Amino acid sequence: MEPHFIKGGKYEKWNPLFETMATFAFTPKLVTNKGSHIRDGVDLKRTMMTVILALIPCLIFGIYNTGHWEMAVSEANRNLPYFDAMGAKFLTGLGIVMPVVIVSYGVGLGIEFLFGMIRGHSLHEGFLVSGMLIPLTMPADVPLWMVGLATAFAVIIGKEIFGGTGMNVVNIALTARAFLFFAYPTSMSGDKVWMSGLGDKMAANPESVDGFSGATALGDLATNMSDKALVAGQHVENSHEYITTFSQHYGPFESFMGMIPGSIGETSTMACLLGALVLVLTGVGSLRIILSFFAGGFIMGLLLNAIGGNPYLDLPAYYHLIIGGFAFGAIFMATDPVTASQTANGKIIYGFLGGFLAIMIRVLNPAYPEGVFLAILFMNIMAPIIDHYIVQGNINRRLKRLKTT
Amino acid sequence: MSNTISIRKGLNIRLVGESAKEIKDIPVSHTVCLSPLDFHGLIPKLVIKEGESVQVGDVIFHDKKNERIKFVSPTSGKIKQIVRAEKRKIVQILIESDSKQTCKKFDVKKVADTSKEEMLDLLLNSGIWPSIKQRPLDVVADPSNEPKGIFISSFDSSPLAPDYSFILKEKMDQVQIGLNALNQLANGKVYLSSRKNSDFTKMQNVIHHNVDGIHPAGNIGTQIHHIDPVNKGEFAWSINIQDVAAIGQLFETGSVDGKKCIAVGGSEIKNPAYFNIHCGSSMSDILKGNIVGDNVRYISGNVLTGDQKNTDGYIGFYHNQITVIPEGNEYKFFLTKGWLGLGFDKFSNSRLFPTFLLPKSKHFTLDTNTNGEERAFVVTGELEKVFPFDILPMHLTKAAITEDIDGMENLGIYEVAPEDFALCEYVCTTKINIQEKIRHGLDLIASECM
Repeated sequence: MEPHFIKGGKYEKWNPLFETMATFAFTPKLVTNKGSHIRDGVDLKRTMMTVILALIPCLIFGIYNTGHWEMAVSEANRNLPYFDAMGAKFLTGLGIVMPVVIVSYGVGLGIEFLFGMIRGHSLHEGFLVSGMLIPLTMPADVPLWMVGLATAFAVIIGKEIFGGTGMNVVNIALTARAFLFFAYPTSMSGDKVWMSGLGDKMAANPESVDGFSGATALGDLATNMSDKALVAGQHVENSHEYITTFSQHYGPFESFMGMIPGSIGETSTMACLLGALVLVLTGVGSLRIILSFFAGGFIMGLLLNAIGGNPYLDLPAYYHLIIGGFAFGAIFMATDPVTASQTANGKIIYGFLGGFLAIMIRVLNPAYPEGVFLAILFMNIMAPIIDHYIVQGNINRRLKRLKTT
Repeated sequence: MSNTISIRKGLNIRLVGESAKEIKDIPVSHTVCLSPLDFHGLIPKLVIKEGESVQVGDVIFHDKKNERIKFVSPTSGKIKQIVRAEKRKIVQILIESDSKQTCKKFDVKKVADTSKEEMLDLLLNSGIWPSIKQRPLDVVADPSNEPKGIFISSFDSSPLAPDYSFILKEKMDQVQIGLNALNQLANGKVYLSSRKNSDFTKMQNVIHHNVDGIHPAGNIGTQIHHIDPVNKGEFAWSINIQDVAAIGQLFETGSVDGKKCIAVGGSEIKNPAYFNIHCGSSMSDILKGNIVGDNVRYISGNVLTGDQKNTDGYIGFYHNQITVIPEGNEYKFFLTKGWLGLGFDKFSNSRLFPTFLLPKSKHFTLDTNTNGEERAFVVTGELEKVFPFDILPMHLTKAAITEDIDGMENLGIYEVAPEDFALCEYVCTTKINIQEKIRHGLDLIASECM
C-alpha cells in the first residue's frame, strides 16, 4: 500500500494521513545514519500517551460528577446523595461528556491533518493531549459548537501559526478556555452553566428549580464573600460565620474528592493527584513545577489570611488548593513542557509565581473567580523571560571564569 | 596526591557483547586505507602518486592550510589507488601492503635532551601529530598555538569501550616515556585522568585526577570541563592514551609501527575480543568469520559517536573499537515491540520504559531503529540529566540550529565537541540529530570566529 502514498505515488498528498496511521500502528523502520547509532526507546507518542493515561482518573471522575449534578438538577435537589445510583449517573455523565470530547478531538485533529497536508508532515502528537484537556476544562453545560470553535481557535491561532507542536507560546487547552471565557462569558461563568441542564430548566420553568443554586464554590466565594457585608440583604459582620456556612456546603473532604460542581475534569483534587503520580513517576511532568505551584498558591493564601478583612481573604489557605481548577492547572496545564520554563531553576520560579498569581487573581479580582488559567497563561508568556535570566546567569558564570583566569 | 572528580549526570548504556580479555593478532590487511575524511575540516595536499612505494611513517599528504601537519602511511607497500569523489575531493588513499613491513627511522634523542621545538617537529614529522586534537572545534591541533594543557583520559566509559589498562599493561614504560615527551611540549601541564586504583595512577610527571561516575566520565570533554574549562581564545589539547604509548615507542625504537589494539564487540559479534591491527585495516579483515547475522550495522568506533561503515570500509583513524549491532530497518507493531509495548527489551533513560526496574546486570541488544520520528523539541530537562557540564545543552543546540553565533559563544560552544552531546542525542525524545547540529555550529564558529 505504501508505494501509492510516497512521493510520486497516486495519493501523494494524502501521505501525511497515511503516515500518521502507519506510524501509529507500527514504529517506523527509520534508522539512524549519523551520530548516535542507537536511540532511546522513548518517543513523543509514548510520552503523550502517558499524559492521556494520567488524565483518565480526571476524565472518569468528571463523567461521574457531571452525571451526579445533572441528576441533582433534574430532581431539583442539591443535596442528592452522592454515591447513589452510580451506574445511572455515570451513563448520564457519559452522554454529556463524550460529545464534548469527540468534538474537541474531531475539530482539532481535522485541523491538524489539514496543516499536516499543507506542510507535508504527519500528525505531530501534541494535540492528542490538548484534545483531552480541552473538554476537561469546559463547564458541563457548554454548547458543542462553542467547544468546536474554541478548539479551532486554539489550534490555529494558538499553535499552527507558530509552527505546530513544540512551537507554541501559550498552552493550547488554556487558549481554548480563555477564548470562550472572553468571547462567551455568559456560557463560561455565572451559576447556571456548571450543571448540565440547569440553564434550560431555569429558562423553561423557573419555579421547578426555585431556590436551587448552581453555583460553584468559587462562584459563591466571589459573589457572596468578597463583598464584606451583604448576603440576601442581610449584614453579617463575622467572617467566621461565612466560612462555617461555606464549609458546610463545600466541605474539605467533598472538595478534595471533587464532589462539587465545576468544570468537567477539574473538581477532583484526588483524581488530579493520581494523574500527578503517573506524571511524576514516569518523569513526564515536572515535579518542580507541580510542587512550587502548590507552594506559591499556599503562600499567597497565607498572606491573604494575614491581611484578612472579608470572608474570602479569611478562607483557610489550604482550601484554595482543593477548590476550583487549581490542582488541575498545576498538574496538567502548568507542566506543559513547551510553554513552561525550560530551565531547572526557571521551573521553580515559574511554578511558584503561577500558583501565587492564581490565588491572587482569584481572591482579589472577583470578576475572574477562576484565576488559575489566567495566571498560567500569564506565566506562559513570562516563561521566556524567566529563562532569559537563568540562561544569562549561566553565561555570566562563564564570562566571570574568563576574567579570573 | 590527586583530585577527585565525580560525574553523576550521565548514562551507562548496557549493551550485550563486551570484549573478552584476550588479544588476537591479525596479519596486516592486504589493503590499508588512510582517509582525509577522518579529519574534520581537513583539505589534504597529496605528496605521493599512485604506484609509489612507501614505508610505515612516510608522508602521504599534509594539511593544505598548515603544511607542518603531516599524515603518514600506517603500512609499507605501494600506493594502490587514490579514491576521489565526484568533484575530485580525495576520499581515500588505498595502500597495498607488502609482507616485509619496513618502518621509517626518525632521529630521536632522549626525551630529556629534546627541546620543545624539537619535540614539536618530531611529532609533526613522524605523523603522530594528528592524534592530538584541540578544543575548541574538536579538530587536529594547530601546532602554532600554545595550549593551556594536554589532557589525557586513561579510560573510556562509552558502551563496549576498550579497557586501556588491559591493552597497555605491557606498555606502561612506553606510556611513561610518551607522557614525559608531552610534558616537554606543554611546559608541565599534562593532565591524566584515571579510575581509582588503575595502574595509570602510578604515572609520573603528570597532574593526576581521579574520575568516578558514569559515562561520559571518560570523555575528554567532560574531564577538561571539570579540570580547567576552555574559554574563548584558549586551546586545550587532548590525545588518546594509546597514542601516548606510540610516542613512547617512537622514543624507544626511533620509529612508529602503525599498529594499535582495538576492542571488537557488540551483540552481532560471535567472539568479542581484542585485536592487534594495523591502523586503517579493512573491516572485513578484522571481522572475518566473526559476525552472527547478516542485517547488521558495522560501526568503526562506539555506538554513540562512531562512523557507519560497509564491509568494504576501513577502521577510522581515531577509533579504538569496532561495534557491530543489528540494523533496525523493519516495522515494529505498536503493542508488541513498538511505541506502546511493554518495552522490556528497550533501554531507556526515561521512566516510560521499565529499564529502571531491571537489575543493573541486565544487558541489552539494541538496534539502529530511531524508535520514533523526528519532532520539534518538546520535552525539557531530559538532556540535562545526561550532560555533566555547566552548560545548557538544549539552549546551545538551539543556538546551533538557528546559527546564532553570539548565542553559541555565550553558551559555551568553545568547550564542547559533538561527542559530548552523544548521550543527549541518545536520550532525545524528539529524535533530533544533536551531534550533527553541534558540528554545524562548530563549523560556523570555525569560519566566522577563529
